[in-house]
Amino acid sequence: MPGPTLAIARSTIPRGTPQERAAAVVRFAGDLSDGVLLVGTQFTHACAMLGNAVMTIPDPAAEIRAPAGALAGVTAFQCHFAGHAIHTPGDRLDLLVALNPSALRTHIGDLSPAGLLIVDADRFVPDEWAKAGYIADPLQDAALQAFRVLAVPISQLNRDAVARVNLISTEVERCKSFFVLGLSYWLFDRPPEPTFRWIRETYNKNPGLVEAHTRAFKAGWHHAETLGPEFQSRVSQRFLKSGKHRMINGATALALGFLAAARQSGLPMVYAGFPVAPASELLHLFTEWKQENIQVIQAEDDLAAANIALGAAFGGSLGVTATTGTGAALQADTLALAAMSELPMVAVHVQRAGPSLGMPTRTEQADLLQAFYGRNGECPVVVLAQSSPVDGFRIAIEAVRLAVTRMTPVVVLADTYLMSASEAWHVPSSSELPMVLAKQTKADPEHPLLPYSRDEHLARPWAIPGRAGLEHRTGGMEKEANTGAVSYDPANHEAMVALRARKIAKIAEKLPPLVVHGPKSGDVLIVAWGSVCGAAHDAAERCRAAGLSVANVRLTHLSPLPADLIGVLRKYRRVLVPELNAGQLSKILRAEYLIDIASLNKVQGKPFLVSEIEAKVRDLLQAPG
Amino acid sequence: MSIPVLAMTASDFSSAQEVRWCPGCGDYSILSQLKQALASFGVRRENIVFVSGVGCAARMPHYINTFGFQGSYGRAPALATGVKLANPNLQVWVVMGDGDACSAGLTHLTHALRRNVDLKILLINNEVFGLSRGQQSPTSRVGTCTKTSPDGSVETPLRAVSIALAAEATFVARTVDVDVNHMSEIFEKAAMHRGSGFVEIYQNCKIFNDGVFEYATDAVIKTDSIIHLEHGRPILFGKDRNHALRLNGFEPEVVTLGQGITMDDVLIHDERAAEPTLAFLLSRLVGPQFPECLGVFRNVRKPTHQQLLDAAFQQGDPPRSFESLLAGDESWTLA
Ligand SMILES: Cc1ncc(C[n+]2csc(CCOP(=O)(O)OP(=O)(O)O)c2C)c(N)n1
Ligand code: SF4
Ligand SMILES: [Mg+2]
Repeated sequence: MPGPTLAIARSTIPRGTPQERAAAVVRFAGDLSDGVLLVGTQFTHACAMLGNAVMTIPDPAAEIRAPAGALAGVTAFQCHFAGHAIHTPGDRLDLLVALNPSALRTHIGDLSPAGLLIVDADRFVPDEWAKAGYIADPLQDAALQAFRVLAVPISQLNRDAVARVNLISTEVERCKSFFVLGLSYWLFDRPPEPTFRWIRETYNKNPGLVEAHTRAFKAGWHHAETLGPEFQSRVSQRFLKSGKHRMINGATALALGFLAAARQSGLPMVYAGFPVAPASELLHLFTEWKQENIQVIQAEDDLAAANIALGAAFGGSLGVTATTGTGAALQADTLALAAMSELPMVAVHVQRAGPSLGMPTRTEQADLLQAFYGRNGECPVVVLAQSSPVDGFRIAIEAVRLAVTRMTPVVVLADTYLMSASEAWHVPSSSELPMVLAKQTKADPEHPLLPYSRDEHLARPWAIPGRAGLEHRTGGMEKEANTGAVSYDPANHEAMVALRARKIAKIAEKLPPLVVHGPKSGDVLIVAWGSVCGAAHDAAERCRAAGLSVANVRLTHLSPLPADLIGVLRKYRRVLVPELNAGQLSKILRAEYLIDIASLNKVQGKPFLVSEIEAKVRDLLQAPG
Repeated sequence: MSIPVLAMTASDFSSAQEVRWCPGCGDYSILSQLKQALASFGVRRENIVFVSGVGCAARMPHYINTFGFQGSYGRAPALATGVKLANPNLQVWVVMGDGDACSAGLTHLTHALRRNVDLKILLINNEVFGLSRGQQSPTSRVGTCTKTSPDGSVETPLRAVSIALAAEATFVARTVDVDVNHMSEIFEKAAMHRGSGFVEIYQNCKIFNDGVFEYATDAVIKTDSIIHLEHGRPILFGKDRNHALRLNGFEPEVVTLGQGITMDDVLIHDERAAEPTLAFLLSRLVGPQFPECLGVFRNVRKPTHQQLLDAAFQQGDPPRSFESLLAGDESWTLA
């Protein structure tokens, strides 16, 4: 069988110059078996390899194995690509590909008024409408008149394209995603070569599949060419710097950050996790990566996972765990124990919509107060928040640095959305990573160990088992200063409570200055944390582009808050805190600084749109005062 | 590695913390025997870690001059698993009360055992909540009068040894606080065992459950109410060692030698049996209908958790380099 030709045949159809655009947002939606995730990642790669900024978000189906065409089975993948910095996967869709009526029904609401809708016409038959709850052909619905709609018989055209290759029917169906890819690549003028290469590498043992996928792709491409040049646009502006890149989601960035921290500190690491989405992703990654210096264990529950991590910290390793939802509540007990025994463990708490089981696959930021205050007793711990997918790498290293230098538990707040959102990452070379200085106490016969003595950071010694002369007891009971003996002395307890609080507060003295984007003083400052940082940044940029006096700052150190924060807050007429909760950081800032905060809250299990934050800023600017 | 040192005494293992149990508490004897035993093993102090939860029993680590970590109520087995993962060369002891181990901590206890983590777990059973001031425990026998069961406990008690066996523990024994020789023998066996060693210690809580184990401690009574298990030997008891245990179908029964009953009828103890069926049956014997067993119920060799992890690590592909993980599988380079 002759191999497929790689180049797209020169078309006889006249080519115009594709319309140039600054950015575009596309979403592919259908059944998981339609290959929408594959289409999305391939498309993203094609953009990123051109040097566009990219940010993506998958939207998995509600059910693991929903029947074909069902609403519960709709899976989607969204890609935002641009010639400039972007920080969200995009508000409104420029292109929606809906491969069945359920996908249309689920996603049409996000299509921009000028957007293009492509549907697989072959799937818009009465049986399929019914699955989506339509009683008439939705394509005839007046509501769709607002959009440009292309009903393409994708299934049939794909079957025709691969008919000459000898495939079984499921293989034929799987090629459909490449028809969609070819179509989409032409629409945005993406070069097909990298995808052809991917096809060759992926199916290298099966020339039939290489040919079929390539044919399907080309059929899609050529079909698109017939639409006419007005359908073609492109983002040709390059944003990414030169060098090695990869796509990375928030979970992977965190996991790699911990790996890097272990390496850069020379500490072995124990990772204890319990399966709970989306924190499981870390457990999966560490298991898959199996490294010499990392012991991974699937604990019996989230509480056990935290205890294993803490026991490991006592034993001299970096103890790391991650959980989500109610698991974070379970781990509160262990975090208090870690604060009391003053041992370095890191707990990643991936926030999802609560309370209790809530909406387990949806995002939220409502565990901030829990991380701040959710333990018995006076129990401050370090709280950090990941502010973008890529930021996970830096935050994990920072968490470990603070844990081992200050001898404290550190909570890293992530959220469901950040775990699966991806962006392009400039892969660092291992030589440029920061060192993490962990000092474990050496035995010194001249100076007997005082396990609760203090260094310049007010940290106690990390005196690990196996080293003669360092034997000591610790745990959850109040300690006498210096000796660490169990103590019920009232004055000692008060002093120790104050000391533990000061130890955490002192961290603020040494943090790098806050980076304020926009005017250094002015009308509105948007303070964002966690995944809202992206939308907040883009909203502030839009306001600035419109000539408004709007600045923004991202907080990744939440406890303690950076020492320079109050000075920054005071420089603006209004401070806006957008949060995916009922106002938790707002509450903390008001309590800490006695200043007025404008809150923007959304608790729908969905991230903010840039436009929502922008609208709020404009409201504030219009309000008198 | 633990390097043997000579000439350690029990007092080398005493910490500076003042010991605070009630006068007459069985924990004193356990502590003293434990320190004796530790001194005899030749494992250096710095290589030993005691982990506990909350309760009178759980204060133990504070009194022993090794490394010690008192965690939250019931969670000690998980903490100890972490210590062991961090440093497999340590000798790690876990001290739990019956409430600690069998109410809040049951999950962690059973999972540490089934994983065969190389831990020495001492369950100090006084069949009552001591530190919290005398409430019924999951191990309290029916009829035990406590603050929360003033008319006698009505709940069916858990049997710690049965649980350990059901959790696949590879070393399971029982001893009693006043029998110092027996205790030290059992401590030594547990310490020598590779894998999770589980020891139930009948302990007298002088204040809240005094005398509950009298049948096992009173010199006169105990000969008829206690069986000392010996591997490979017929299961005999009684002052004249003429009472024995035999099987009638699946039911154990107490018989007296003579009158047609010979040694051939008597059950032989086998602590090394691959299946813990016999051990389980022995763990079900409770007074007053039956004598209760002390000694080693089960003692089998299986790979430890760490050995299994190490073996699994050797399987499959070798670990990828840090750099290749950083770059992932689909990186690209822009000029
Ligand atoms: C989370 C939690 N719940 C309850 C307690 C209260 N508490 C302390 S000790 C104890 C019972 C201890 O009983 P046991 O484990 O049998 O030990 P003993 O005191 O009898 O040695 C309880 C319920 C606690 N410390 N922590
Ligand atoms: S309450 Fe019971 S177990 Fe606790 S110290 Fe007193 S006698 Fe011992
Ligand atoms: Mg008890």
